[in-house]
Amino acid sequence: MEHAPAKPHPDAALLRPIENPGRSFYYIVGALLVIISYTGFVYFRQLWFGLGVTGMAQPVTWGFYIINFVFFIGISHAGTLISAILRLSKAEWRRPITRMAEVITAIVLAIGGLHPIIDLGRPDRMLHLFYNGRLQSPLLWDVASITAYFTASTIYLYIPMIPDIAILRDRGVKPRWLYEFLSWGWQGTEKQHKVLDRAMNILMIMVIPIAVSVHTIISYIFAMTVQPGWHSTIFGPYFVVGAIFSGIAAILVLMIVFRKVFRLEGYLKHIHFNYLSILLLIMSIIWFYFTFSEYLTGFYGHEPNEMRVFWYKFSGDFAPYFWAMIALNFALPVAILCNRKTRTIPGILIASISVIIGMWLERLIIVVPSLANPRLPYPTGIYIPSHTEWMMFIGGISVFILGYMIFARFFPVISIWEIEEGRQESAKIVTERINSYMPDPEPSAAGE
Amino acid sequence: MKWGMVIDLQKCTGCGECAAACKLENNVAIVEAKESEMGRTMLWMDMLTIYEGEYPRLRVRQIPRPCMHCDHPPCTKVCPVRATYINEEGIVAQIYPQCIGCRYCMAACPYTVKYFNWYKPEWPPGMDRATNPDVSVRPVGVVEKCTFCVHRLQTAKEQAKFEARDLRESDFQPACADSCPTGAIVFGDLENATHQVNHLAHSPRATKLLEDLGTEPKVIYLKEVD
Repeated sequence: MEHAPAKPHPDAALLRPIENPGRSFYYIVGALLVIISYTGFVYFRQLWFGLGVTGMAQPVTWGFYIINFVFFIGISHAGTLISAILRLSKAEWRRPITRMAEVITAIVLAIGGLHPIIDLGRPDRMLHLFYNGRLQSPLLWDVASITAYFTASTIYLYIPMIPDIAILRDRGVKPRWLYEFLSWGWQGTEKQHKVLDRAMNILMIMVIPIAVSVHTIISYIFAMTVQPGWHSTIFGPYFVVGAIFSGIAAILVLMIVFRKVFRLEGYLKHIHFNYLSILLLIMSIIWFYFTFSEYLTGFYGHEPNEMRVFWYKFSGDFAPYFWAMIALNFALPVAILCNRKTRTIPGILIASISVIIGMWLERLIIVVPSLANPRLPYPTGIYIPSHTEWMMFIGGISVFILGYMIFARFFPVISIWEIEEGRQESAKIVTERINSYMPDPEPSAAGE
Repeated sequence: MKWGMVIDLQKCTGCGECAAACKLENNVAIVEAKESEMGRTMLWMDMLTIYEGEYPRLRVRQIPRPCMHCDHPPCTKVCPVRATYINEEGIVAQIYPQCIGCRYCMAACPYTVKYFNWYKPEWPPGMDRATNPDVSVRPVGVVEKCTFCVHRLQTAKEQAKFEARDLRESDFQPACADSCPTGAIVFGDLENATHQVNHLAHSPRATKLLEDLGTEPKVIYLKEVD
């Protein structure tokens, strides 16, 4: 560590978790590692015995793994997409949020992307996807789009981190070699800033269509079949909306946690939560609109097979989940977030957690009922996830928390240089921009 | 050449002989009772229970259900590795060593005819040494289904070639058709006018399961006339 820092860094609060991680960090990491190693054991058992250790059977042949795949990839839309949109629209309040959002994407995408592999009966033959792959299959589209998104979003996370890594390098934070290597010789010259800006601009524009494609294609896995409840034209946008919706909720929860743990009240102010929660409110309403359209068209058309799935959700075995989903995704968050009195940080936390649970239920409600109601008269079993599947879910969440903690241990979760840039320049830039919106002064007749 | 099957429901008694014969012929695993209760029973030829009407006019029927071998199969379209495909004779086939076990084909099949090996296939003691040597025993983690007993076709073709003649209708019959005590299941080439199936497929009683989906099944049912 530094011997007698010359002057306290203006953003010392952001560097504290890196320079003095504290003891509780190691306790939590230890606990998570225990959970993760147990999950590893459970997965190994599944590899050994086969997918029989799950609760999947005929006709519900897709269960928790596919549900969590859709769910995790949905959460990943938080990040890059939101931060790209906020950067692109020059929203000045984005500065403390973008990094946190992008980290969610990178970690959750890696976890979500593993789920289809966990779900394979023969993961040992995974490479068949590459040397025998059929591009006509939506699963291959998924492989392509998720790989593209993972690549783009990790680069998009890393590029804006370079100046911050250079700050850590210059302060001599250990391990030096790590920061030395990752800072890529950043000196903060004007030319370097220009290159950085350009790279960020290209990436943020590129990443938006890629992100949209990812969840659209995940919906295509379902929509491309002819199964009732899946074969829907609005599934693409419906999934993208749901993904952004759950993503915003995830960012909000993380922001509240970090604000509390790292004492970042000075950075994550009420205004940030206010803006983001209004975005969450809007997404909740859009989500409800899509859900309403989806089920109304199904109901009105009254095709018998479609109706069987419909009633299975509305009043059958899945009714508790279905109505819980409506309550958690729409009724509760809208009630909380509509009212300025309840749009406080605890209120936002409740609304966000409710949305995350609600969106998980949505994925459950999309995947299982269509499979549980085959067209021909088969006995329909009920899907009960096994201990293995629950463990893989808990393990997935633990990997996410661990990944995030390790990131926060080595890198600032709030972009220091962007905050600094905001302090120095944004007031001027925004004033100039606003002035440019103003009507021009009356053209003088002489100018004619 | 387009192989197809006609199942005459007028003749079918719902005895289930075809289902049993199929299971033995094709080395379909026999799962434990507990597994079976979970819904992991494997029956390439299954019996669908159809309830018609209500008491006192209630009728319960059992009808045989093999793979439909669709001409436009929804399952082959979605396979990411070409582990399931339709061959030039119209048989929708599975390549077990190619299958990665994603179960997308199972989710896409509107007839739910595909089965997954949740565990390594097992048989009761004794039976494990009596498997049919012509049919490969599947490994754990792959999808399987009715193949129209394609191994029998293979043998019949070789025999015909050996005898330097064309394949006759009687040369190739799948196990279900072979075993049917009432002759309700008829198998043959739908495109060959001399074959019985070709004739029966044009019967006014002919119908297909979920015809409106456009999957063009090659299993044709003949409706009952009372």
